[in-house]
Amino acid sequence: MRLIATLLFAALLVFGIWSFVDSETFLLGPMPDGYSWWWPEYTSTFGGDIDFLFTFISWLILVFFVGTMGALIMFVFKYSKKREGKAVFSHGNHKLEMIWTGIPAALLLIIAFMQMTTWADIKFAGATAGKQLFAEVFASQFDWRFRYPGIDGRFGTADDIESVYEFVVPVDEDIVFNLRSHDVLHSFFVPVLRLKQDAVPGMTIPVWFNSMEEGTFDLICAELCGWGHYKMAGRITVVSRAEFDQWIVDKTAEKYSNGQENQ
Amino acid sequence: MSAPTTTHVKPGMGAPGTVREHHEHHELSFLRKYIFSTDHKVIGIQFLFTGLTFFVVGGLMAMAIRWQLAWPWTKMPVIGGILFPNTGEAITPEFYTMLFTMHGTLMIFFVIIPLLTGAFGNFLIPLMIGAPDMAFPRLNMFGYWAMIPAIACIVMSFMNPGGGPAAGWTAYPPLSTIETAAPGSLSAQTYWLLALTWIGVSSMMGAINYVTTIVKMRAPGMTMMRMPLVIWALFIAALLQLFALPVLTAASIMQILDRTLHTGFFTPTNLVVNQMNPEMVGAAAGGQPLLWQHLFWFYSHPAVYVMVVPAMGMASDILATHARKPLFGYKPMVYSLASIAGLGFIVWGHHMFTSGMNPALGMTFMVSTIIIALPSAIKVFNWLGTLWGARIRLTTPMLNALGFVAMFIVGGLSGIWMAATPVDIYIHDTYIIVAHFHYIVFGGSVFAIFASIYHWFPKMFGRMMNETLGKIHFVGSFIFTNCVFYMMHQLGMAGLMRRTAMPYDYETYAHLQPLNQFISISAFCLFAWQIIFVFNFFHSLWWGKRVGRNPWQGCSLEWEAPSPPGHGNFDHQIEVYRGPYEYASPEVEEDYLPQAKKLS
Ligand SMILES: [Cu+2]
Ligand SMILES: [Cu+2]
Repeated sequence: MRLIATLLFAALLVFGIWSFVDSETFLLGPMPDGYSWWWPEYTSTFGGDIDFLFTFISWLILVFFVGTMGALIMFVFKYSKKREGKAVFSHGNHKLEMIWTGIPAALLLIIAFMQMTTWADIKFAGATAGKQLFAEVFASQFDWRFRYPGIDGRFGTADDIESVYEFVVPVDEDIVFNLRSHDVLHSFFVPVLRLKQDAVPGMTIPVWFNSMEEGTFDLICAELCGWGHYKMAGRITVVSRAEFDQWIVDKTAEKYSNGQENQ
Repeated sequence: MSAPTTTHVKPGMGAPGTVREHHEHHELSFLRKYIFSTDHKVIGIQFLFTGLTFFVVGGLMAMAIRWQLAWPWTKMPVIGGILFPNTGEAITPEFYTMLFTMHGTLMIFFVIIPLLTGAFGNFLIPLMIGAPDMAFPRLNMFGYWAMIPAIACIVMSFMNPGGGPAAGWTAYPPLSTIETAAPGSLSAQTYWLLALTWIGVSSMMGAINYVTTIVKMRAPGMTMMRMPLVIWALFIAALLQLFALPVLTAASIMQILDRTLHTGFFTPTNLVVNQMNPEMVGAAAGGQPLLWQHLFWFYSHPAVYVMVVPAMGMASDILATHARKPLFGYKPMVYSLASIAGLGFIVWGHHMFTSGMNPALGMTFMVSTIIIALPSAIKVFNWLGTLWGARIRLTTPMLNALGFVAMFIVGGLSGIWMAATPVDIYIHDTYIIVAHFHYIVFGGSVFAIFASIYHWFPKMFGRMMNETLGKIHFVGSFIFTNCVFYMMHQLGMAGLMRRTAMPYDYETYAHLQPLNQFISISAFCLFAWQIIFVFNFFHSLWWGKRVGRNPWQGCSLEWEAPSPPGHGNFDHQIEVYRGPYEYASPEVEEDYLPQAKKLS
């Protein structure tokens, strides 16, 4: 049993280290192109800060994981061997307690302080205050709607444009939008942007991001909102400024031609 | 099979220093002895059986969830035809929602909490502090019987014709309060809330009893700092319940009122749900959905610690006993438990970092959450300190306790990711969270519960559980548990959201199905492996090897009583002379020096 127990805990240790150092082929073999067992590549400006923090904490975790699991494995292997005499008669060690309280405390405080600016940059009201509103985003069971101010740049006028499912935004610009819901809770989650914010009925929540890459990305509802929660999908299409302006023009034209047909 | 024996009981212990007069000991009827019993041991065993039964039900639900995630919308083998005759024998989205809602609810409120505090709290507290019974035996009986209306309500909720409760175990409004938001639920959510309220009543009766008993009924010489850690842990868990439960009860009643009388505590103005404005039918509005989240987590974060603090205590006791070595750092262990409990009341906002709560408030919750990692770290180091230089006996309880430590390390460390607010933006509500809390509650608490069952089974029933079967059970459970839950971190890294019935239509998640199939197959194996435990449990109940008072050569007081102990617990005067972990003491020849042994 001694060997089995040691191997069992050692297996968990190896498994853990493997998952950290080899995120390409971990366990199930090579991943399809563009995927890994780690986070997907980020595309937003604050993505780098978040990923740095995650990686930093991950390495710290790995050190403690290896240390504590290593000790556990060693002690199980060494001290479960049948031998004469009694165990060490010790009720503790004051100095050791100080060390293993002090060091983690210091590391935890470092983690606490090093994340504050990142958090403030992303979520604090100051990050969006005074900036021009790009769009209004409405979440409802089970779709996403995006309202743009249209060519006149003002909300609530006749030329406002509405888009369902697809959120078209220009690349390399701060996009500030108001997030709302009028039925239940939803959550605006775009994995590659490292952006998640709940939409709360009764509240208008300003949100911002800045995508550094063009492309189309999944927008996923991240808060349980009913039976159709799983299919409450949207898409973020990031294009160049020129393409975006053209899209607004096209949408406006489409809107008015549709309007005429309806009359 | 059950606790009370026919042994004629001599005077037990009353309040410290007094000896109660011996009352005429008449035979109790079967009903009073095993069903409506006021004996803490019988009540503990009742909680044990109830908890384990619901463990099976909750486990089956997990299996159904795993089926859906591995092979979505496909015909479920064997039971699909019975459960879903109208939908091609496959799970529906509504049913999936109900499944994870009920899985969470049952596992938390009907399995882990009743097993840790109800079963082991009841059974161990009087025995380990040297008391004849709880301070309020009738209240204690009522505590168990309050589970019955809770069970009735949760069954009503589950059997609701339109579908079960559909708002997750967290029951966030407005999804949980506005009927048109989850059309199938009808009154299921109301029954669900009633069930929770009754569970709260049960826990409250228990908590009052535990605190009073521990404060007032300790045997002579049993100072607070001589109590075994499991008693400290249960004491602290009871205090957590006492202070946090009223908030949940109040919040549940507010939600019930919102649902039945349309009071609108959690309903904002101008809602339009499913083309229906609740105000049109006379519902009040002007409420706040976030209010529920604050109230709910004010209870449920401490409840998370109710689910793990007793497990920590049990593991500490079992580690020391089978390592044949005093627990390393008794005082730091007690202080860290106490600080977990204290800090546990000011960290609830870490569940709400992305909820729309003021981000500045989020930052303060981040700091308190980071700090609460420290006492957990201290505990791990002290457990390792206990193993250093030990003479470990790799018995089944010890293996499970070691498994607890290993998996608590994983679950504890991954918690640090969550405490970092910017990181939490990405991982909130993903499978990293699911992996984390299953490592704590399944890898941690459940393995501690297994360890405790193997360890105290001889005391409960006077017979040993089979060691060989126990070891086989442990090895398989450990392997499959890690296969299931470790890989969930990888799902979460890919950004996979929890509570998503069919994720593979998203480009982001398309590649995750093979991994989910691996997890599901491991989960089925894990579930099937528990048959070994069930067989061992019942087989040993009748045919296990009979044991004496102290089969593990433990130091604490429960081993002074007969196995199983009779009504009134002890057949001789108990007096305590020392702490609970005097293993390897140089004062005696053997490698243990019991708390109640008087040295001349
Ligand atoms: Cu949604
Ligand atoms: Cu919490």
